[in-house]
Amino acid sequence: MREKNSLKRLGNQLFFTGPTLLTFAIAVLIPFVYGLYLTFMNMDTPTSPLSFAGLDNYSRAIHDAKFWDAMLLTIKFVVATIVLVNAIGFLLAYLVTSGVKQQNFFRVVLFTPNLIGGLVLGYIWQFIFVQTLPSIGEKLNIESLRLGWLGDEHLAFWAIVIVTVWQSAGYMMIIFIAGLISVPKDVLEASTIDGANAWQRLTRMTLPLMVPSFVVTVFLTLKTAFMVYDINFSLTGGGPYNSTEMVSMHVVQKAFTETNYGVGQAEAIVLFVIVAVVTGIQVYSSKKMEVEA
Amino acid sequence: MSASRATGLTVVYILLLAALVIFAFPFVLLFLNSFKDNGQILSSPFALPTSLDFGHFADAIDKMNFFVTFRNTFVITLFSVIFIVVFSAMSAHYMVRNGSGFNNSLFAVMVASMIIPFQSLMIPLIYIYGAKLQWIAHAPMLLLIVLYIGFGSALSIFIYHGFVKSIPLELEEAAYIDGATRKQTFFRVVLPMLAPTSATIAILNVLWIWNDYLLPSLVLNEERLFTMPIKMKVFNGTYMNNWELLIPAILLTVLPILIGYLFGQKFIIRGVMQGAIK
Repeated sequence: MREKNSLKRLGNQLFFTGPTLLTFAIAVLIPFVYGLYLTFMNMDTPTSPLSFAGLDNYSRAIHDAKFWDAMLLTIKFVVATIVLVNAIGFLLAYLVTSGVKQQNFFRVVLFTPNLIGGLVLGYIWQFIFVQTLPSIGEKLNIESLRLGWLGDEHLAFWAIVIVTVWQSAGYMMIIFIAGLISVPKDVLEASTIDGANAWQRLTRMTLPLMVPSFVVTVFLTLKTAFMVYDINFSLTGGGPYNSTEMVSMHVVQKAFTETNYGVGQAEAIVLFVIVAVVTGIQVYSSKKMEVEA
Repeated sequence: MSASRATGLTVVYILLLAALVIFAFPFVLLFLNSFKDNGQILSSPFALPTSLDFGHFADAIDKMNFFVTFRNTFVITLFSVIFIVVFSAMSAHYMVRNGSGFNNSLFAVMVASMIIPFQSLMIPLIYIYGAKLQWIAHAPMLLLIVLYIGFGSALSIFIYHGFVKSIPLELEEAAYIDGATRKQTFFRVVLPMLAPTSATIAILNVLWIWNDYLLPSLVLNEERLFTMPIKMKVFNGTYMNNWELLIPAILLTVLPILIGYLFGQKFIIRGVMQGAIK
């Protein structure tokens, strides 16, 4: 319906889109634009007046060795979680939909870790890594379990990966199940008649048809892995000796602990550019892999 | 053929049971240890509790100010989600039905904004609303709810956008012919038809807002306003390694969500599925 009177049209436009526009501007648009402006400003304390800094913050961000350590570790984390979350999520979806009677029960239980926030999950797993696993190691005499994982620089990183996989695999499983259900049964039956075995059906028929699901799950894992904060913060706190501090945590530290807003924000913008470029490439290149059934 | 299918199914069951154990054992472990004291927790974490002693629960409820913390989280989540649902449905419907240049660009900007990491907005948020405008000092809860509506609206409008298109235009036109205004048509005809989508959107937003930590920890500075995740963080700092208190506290934080899941699991899983397929 087109309103005849332009005043009335403006009224409706404001009524229907105004509230969203206003809150979206307050939460996203204004901070984003102002955030870009802040990267060119010097700020000693949060309340002191701003002074023009040129590209100083960016140059300090680029020369911040700790920032790049955190970024490299984050990229390693992104790769590890994308591979493991998607592989395990897909495997679970494949198992759950392969004809077991209690499909719904398995689905419900395997999804549960997703309901709990990363912060609390970190504390739950702290108990497991600090108390429970060493106690199993002690009893069964398994050396690798006896030492506390969170106190070791390499194992602490993998502890974060394990908890993240444990949390997200169930979510991706749900998305994969939706994809698997929509794989046309007649295509699979036709290939069975043509003599394809289960493995061939999976790799030649099902997986290519599942590319749209993988586009979604890889995008989701990519984005959340780059932004990981809660689990990092509660499970290891960046330790031991800053060895597991990832980029979000580094930005929080830089801005709020060292009260270096300008450099912190410049680093956050570098993170944004990297995430935007990587997700852009991912969505673009994987769209090209999609096939029709 | 059927014999190999039977062995195949056995393998599937074994793998699924293994997954079940891995996914459920942390919860079982918490439950078992919530009745024990520190000595028993350290010496035998896997043993069944010798008595059902709720004393540590009572202690944790008291020390973490459970009911106030729960109420804060509940109020923030409830109001954020109600407004996300109503505002996003309103905008998505208007944008689909009035595809002007402005509406299309706004939609494109909102979709694109979904790749902005929260970390790139966090510092300006605190600077503008904290240091400059002092909203954090004067109305932290309200600010937090407004921010959640703003952050939640992009994905919600994106999902609604697809579903609004599937509503037959004739229904709305019939309402206009009967003399209904735009607002009446939306609230009486369109919004009820969007109810299943609204349920999906409500669920997706409840899941992240209830558990969110970083944003509320920056905005809510007074202890009386703390949400469950912030309280858990403070609690963990105060009672470091005091597991007889920490484990009941963790369980108390997790329990409301698990109880909600028990009743709403069908809708929650369907919501996640629909949210991802678009």
